[in-house]
Amino acid sequence: MSVEVRWFASLSETVGRSDERIELAPGSDVSALWAALVARHPALGALGYRPLVACDREYAGWDRALDGVDEVAFLPPVSGG
Amino acid sequence: MIEIVRAPIRVEALIDAVRGDADGAVALFVGTVREHNAGRHVLRLEYQAYDEMALAEMRRLAEATREQFAVSGIAIVHRVGVLEIGEASVAIAVAAAHRGAALDACRHAIDTLKRTVPIWKKESFEGGEVWIEGQAGDGPPDQS
Repeated sequence: MSVEVRWFASLSETVGRSDERIELAPGSDVSALWAALVARHPALGALGYRPLVACDREYAGWDRALDGVDEVAFLPPVSGG
Repeated sequence: MIEIVRAPIRVEALIDAVRGDADGAVALFVGTVREHNAGRHVLRLEYQAYDEMALAEMRRLAEATREQFAVSGIAIVHRVGVLEIGEASVAIAVAAAHRGAALDACRHAIDTLKRTVPIWKKESFEGGEVWIEGQAGDGPPDQS
């Protein structure tokens, strides 16, 4: 299966892009996706905090299974207002 | 009225959108770009949103606020893009029969928006620019 990954704010600068697609083994969860992304973008390994996660535009936990999920976003702590 | 806009916010439009003849109060919050932050002289702010999710979170917030405080109308508008000092970045209007509920609901709405709605600001100051990001490591925000 594959998911679309979206990056925002400082994270998009860390990885140098705002979105990408990645192939995952069936049954993968958000943590497995993150591990694959850290392998692709080593700078993520030095992040120093765990981003918020949204699956298909709703907040989700890091143990969320990704079967049936199209879009995963990793979000720095928000700062709107 | 729940919107993310790129043009200046017209606060009168929010008041018109929420006020009804059964209401005796409209509370209005306007967040504006401040010229200083953390000891730095701020030149401007650039706001970025995860638009689709931010709108969904703003709608969810409006509905939860309306139910929790029994207010009749709520409007939330957030601006994105480059904003100069003094410009409005966010406006929230809440209409209710009486001022207490309107003020309480408005306070709740802006406090929750700042924790849950996926919008970020980048600060340009004399000598550089930096993403301003909130408290890390709290896990997904609750949805209250």
